[in-house]
Amino acid sequence: MSPTLAEEGLTIPDAPSEPGEFERSLRATRDTGRKLLVAYVTGGLHDEWPDVVRAVADAGADAIEIGIPFSDPVMDGPIIQEASELALRDGASPVTVLDTLRTIDAGVPLAVMTYYNLAFHMGHERFASLMYEAGVRAAILPDLPLEEVGPWATAADPAGIETVMLAAPTAPDERLPRVVARSRGFVYAVGLLGVTGERDALAESSLVIARRLKAITDKPVLVGVGVSNGQQAAEVSQVADGCVIGSALMRRVVEGEGPAGAGAFIAEVRAALDES
Amino acid sequence: MPETLVPACQELEAAFREAWADQSFRDELDGLLADYAGRPSPITECHRLSAELGVRVLLKREDLNHTGSHKINNVLGQALLAKRMGKTRLVAETGAGQHGVASATAAALMGMECKVFMGEVDMERQALNVFRMRLLGAEVVPAMSGSRTLKDAVNEAMRDWVATVENTHYCLGSVMGPHPYPWMVREFHTVIGKESREQCAKLLDNEIPDVVTACVGGGSNAIGIFSGFADTTAELVGVEPAGGAAVGRGVPGVVHGMKSYLMQDEFGQVQEAHSISAGLDYPGVGPEHSHLSSIGRARYEQVTDDEVIAAFQLLSRTEGIIPALEPAHALAWISRDRAKLAGKTVLLNMSGRGDKDVGQMMEILG
Repeated sequence: MSPTLAEEGLTIPDAPSEPGEFERSLRATRDTGRKLLVAYVTGGLHDEWPDVVRAVADAGADAIEIGIPFSDPVMDGPIIQEASELALRDGASPVTVLDTLRTIDAGVPLAVMTYYNLAFHMGHERFASLMYEAGVRAAILPDLPLEEVGPWATAADPAGIETVMLAAPTAPDERLPRVVARSRGFVYAVGLLGVTGERDALAESSLVIARRLKAITDKPVLVGVGVSNGQQAAEVSQVADGCVIGSALMRRVVEGEGPAGAGAFIAEVRAALDES
Repeated sequence: MPETLVPACQELEAAFREAWADQSFRDELDGLLADYAGRPSPITECHRLSAELGVRVLLKREDLNHTGSHKINNVLGQALLAKRMGKTRLVAETGAGQHGVASATAAALMGMECKVFMGEVDMERQALNVFRMRLLGAEVVPAMSGSRTLKDAVNEAMRDWVATVENTHYCLGSVMGPHPYPWMVREFHTVIGKESREQCAKLLDNEIPDVVTACVGGGSNAIGIFSGFADTTAELVGVEPAGGAAVGRGVPGVVHGMKSYLMQDEFGQVQEAHSISAGLDYPGVGPEHSHLSSIGRARYEQVTDDEVIAAFQLLSRTEGIIPALEPAHALAWISRDRAKLAGKTVLLNMSGRGDKDVGQMMEILG
C-alpha cells in the first residue's frame, strides 16, 4: 500500500537498551582484541555479486554491508554511483537483492545500506521484515537523520533490524550523544566532510570524530567514508574500533577484478589491521 | 538528508529567522530588489491575446526583472543571508539556467565565489545561459549522472555542499529540499504575490482575479504568486509538464531532504522527468504544492510539449512578448481550457523571458 502524506509524529523512540544480534557479534569480535572490518558490496552488480560477498567474508570482513542501489545516492561519490547505476540497469531492486541474499551463506553478520525512499515506498514494516527474512540484521540509511528516524525505527526495532546512525564531523557536542544513543549495531563515524570515495590520505577529521565518539560510547565505533586502503584502515583503527571500506573495494569490482580481486584486497586490509 | 548537513540546515534556519525579523536586513533586500533587480514588476493587460482567447489575461511581468526571471528575488535574499552568515561561496543547481544565472549574478554583485551544477543535457539545450554564467564569473560543472538534468544537478550540488559546508551556502533555487528551504524560498518570493495583490486591487473592478495560474516544476514562482491570493476566492491553478507531473502523476516520496509527491517506479526509484522545458524537468515538487493539492486549495493541470510550443508562439505573435518555455505552460493551459474560462479574468505569472529558449525553438520550428 502506498504511504500517505499525512504528518507522521516526529517523536524518536528510545533505542532498545540491549544490543541486538549484529552489535553483539561486533562487540564479541572487538573483545578478542581484533579490529573490526566491515566491507560494502553493491547488491545486484553483475551476476557474480554473491561470490563477491562470499569472497570478502572469507578474506576476513567481520560484517558486510549490502548496498541496495538507489537512483539518487546523494551521499555517494563516483564509484558507488557508477556501481549503483550499473546494478539498476541490470534490473536490481530491493526485492531481487534481498531474494538473492537469502541464498548467500556468508557466515558473517549482514547489514543493508540504502536510501530511505526505498523503505518509505515499500512501507517500513514490510521493508524491515523482508530484510530480516533475508538474514539482514542492521540497516544504514545515510539520508535519514536523527530527527526523522522515528517512523522507521518504530518499525525496525521490533523487527530485529538494528538501525545504524551516522555521526558527522559537523555535529556539535550536544548532538553526538543523542545520535549515539539512537544508534544500534555500531556507530558509523563519517570520516570527512564529503561523499564516499577514495582519498590519497586519511583525513585528520576521521581521527577527530573517532576520538569524540570513543569518549562518549562503548558501542563499536567504525569510521567510514574516505578509508581507502590497509594503511589508512590501520591508522584510523588506532583510535576507532575499526572501519568500513566501500569505494576502494567497489572500484576493483567495477574494474572487473571479480570475486578473487575483491577477496585479495580485503585480505590485504585485514592483514594491515591485524599487524597494527 | 545526510546527517552531515543537519547542523548546517539548523544554522540556516536560525539565521534566516533572525534576519527576516530584522528591519535592516529587510531594508537592504528591498533596496536591492528595487534598485538592482528593478522591482516592482508591472502587470500587463493582454488585449489582443484576451480577444483571441475570450479570456481576460493579465501577466505579472517577472520576465522584466534583472536576469530575466523571478529567480532573482530568492537569490538576492539568500546571497545577502549567506554573507551575513559569513559564507564566502555559493553552490547552486540549475535546470534551464535561470537560477544559475541569478546565482552567478548575486555572487558577482556581492563578491562571492559561485559554482553551478547543471545537467549535461541541459547545458546543451541552454548553451546561452551557460555562457552567461561563465561571463558572470561562475564555474559551471556538468552533472553527468542519472538523467543528466535538474534532479541530478541537485544531487551534485548536495554532494558539493556535504564537502564544503563550512564556508559554503547552498543557494537552492526552488521551494524544495530540506527545511528551511521550502519556507525560506517562499518568503523571498512572496514579493510577487504582495505586489500582484496591490496591482490587481487598482486594476480590477472586483480587485481579485478569478484565477491565478503559474507553471510548476519545483514550484517557486507559483508559490510566490499564490501567496498573495491564498486568502481570497481566486482559484489557484498550477500547471505541470505532462512528462514531469509530480502532483498529477507522482506518489509521496522522500528525496532531496523533503517529503512530497514524486514520480517513482514500483520500488521507489526516482523516475526521470521528460519535458521540453529544462526548468520544469524535475520529478518532484515543493512540499507546499503537495499540501495545497491535498487540501484542495490549488489544483494542478498538465500540458503537453506541443501545447507549450503553440502557446510560446501565440504570446509572441499577439503581445510582442516572447515567454520562457516554463510560463508558456501556464498559457498553454489557459488556451486549452479557454471555453471553460470564457469571460473570466486570469492572472498568469510570466516567470521568465524566452530569450534563452529561442535557439531550441529555432530547431523545433525550423
